[in-house]
Amino acid sequence: MSIVVKNLTKTYSARKAVDHLSLTIEQGEFFALLGQNGAGKTTTIKMLSCLLLPTSGDAWMVDDSIVTNPMAVKQNINLSPQETAVNPNLTVKENLEFIASIYGYNQREAKQKSVDMMDRFGLTERARSKAKTLSGGLQRRLSIAMALISDPKIIFLDEPTLGLDIRARRDLWEILLVLKGKITIIVTTHYLEEVEALADRVGIMHGGTLHALGTVEELKVKTGKSSLEEIFLALTEEEA
Amino acid sequence: MKYFAFASRNRKEVLRDPLTLLFGMGLPVIMICLFSLMQKNMPDALFQIENITPGVIVFSFSFITLFSGMLVGKDRSSSFLMRIFASPMSASDYIIGYALPLLPIAALQIAVCLITAFFLGLSIHLNVLVAIILLLMMALLYIGFGLLLGTYFTDKQVGGIFAIFVNLSAWLSGTWFALDMIGGAFQSIAYVMPFAHAVDAARYALAGEYSKAVVPFIWVAGYSVFIFAIAVMSFKKKMKGQ
Repeated sequence: MSIVVKNLTKTYSARKAVDHLSLTIEQGEFFALLGQNGAGKTTTIKMLSCLLLPTSGDAWMVDDSIVTNPMAVKQNINLSPQETAVNPNLTVKENLEFIASIYGYNQREAKQKSVDMMDRFGLTERARSKAKTLSGGLQRRLSIAMALISDPKIIFLDEPTLGLDIRARRDLWEILLVLKGKITIIVTTHYLEEVEALADRVGIMHGGTLHALGTVEELKVKTGKSSLEEIFLALTEEEA
Repeated sequence: MKYFAFASRNRKEVLRDPLTLLFGMGLPVIMICLFSLMQKNMPDALFQIENITPGVIVFSFSFITLFSGMLVGKDRSSSFLMRIFASPMSASDYIIGYALPLLPIAALQIAVCLITAFFLGLSIHLNVLVAIILLLMMALLYIGFGLLLGTYFTDKQVGGIFAIFVNLSAWLSGTWFALDMIGGAFQSIAYVMPFAHAVDAARYALAGEYSKAVVPFIWVAGYSVFIFAIAVMSFKKKMKGQ
């Protein structure tokens, strides 16, 4: 089991952003976490990536607890935030080498890995370009390359295709499909066709709790709805 | 070494944004020249080159506060810090990584000001070396202020706060005028803050009066340790999302 979440809770003053969340995600699974704005997705991702301390509960990322052993967790994970979060004044190559270095690779290894990543993500021609000069699509590719260069066992992708044109989105899907089965991928997205194209399983959050969990087909049978959009709307409408 | 990779990144980010840097270097040079010009028509030695140079160098360190504050603030307000907070870097890696690249910038500011002062009549001898070492250590105080500001404020807010900080630190440092000319509560308040002590330490070191430089330097060192300690604690809290 790659990720085990048990009663994970985050409370802010009187508000429960995440309320006793429990789920498991298999090694190599492509898991999509859906929900309206304010459902608790980002708070969940932040807790799992050790950016936020849970109020209660715990989660084990490849057997390491996010509460008692966050440094070990961080060595095995990486993330690509919703905003691309690249160093604007560094080149593509420098951005990649930087991330590799802070994850413990020496200079030679970091250089080699950055060459590999640029090749994989079609960034080689722009190796010496400053990140701020890249188009949105290329910045997004660079951001994901930066998330993968550390060879994480688990990767979080927050809205990975937000703002991309159709071609760029499809190209990115191709890259993500190659990763499927090799590393555990957790994606948050509002693009339901993306979920249907990529995800093994879906979790739908609403009001801080998990309202549905399963494959798209399983959820269709469970809810009697014919599309993921209808499932989503039905499950997030109940307490609106 | 993770902090080294982070320091390298920060060095590139600061140096590849040359306008702020030019302003931070250019303004102190202009000020030394202006004060030197003013001294030509003044009866007393208020703006004599030996008096004004240490003060202007310490004043120029305010820009290091701006550089470090904006660097941290910009990272915080973008998702970049979120990205690297998820990495296995420790709080000390961050603090050292932010602080380290600013020391060569401080050294450059010191060098530029001293070279300007030399051409305006400052005599260069061994005391200058001692003053440089002391000044570099005192630059840590200003780096610490910047880290603290950047931890709590965005880069835009840091820019606004800098306007207050630079004025406060200049007026309370004894750079533009001797504090004992005002005396009273103003002087007392100035000497509770570290800025006047920084200028005094630099002046004494440049004049070769090393024993007199000890007490003001200890004030500055004490403040530096205190500010850095708060910066580290605050940063750790931010890392935990608090």
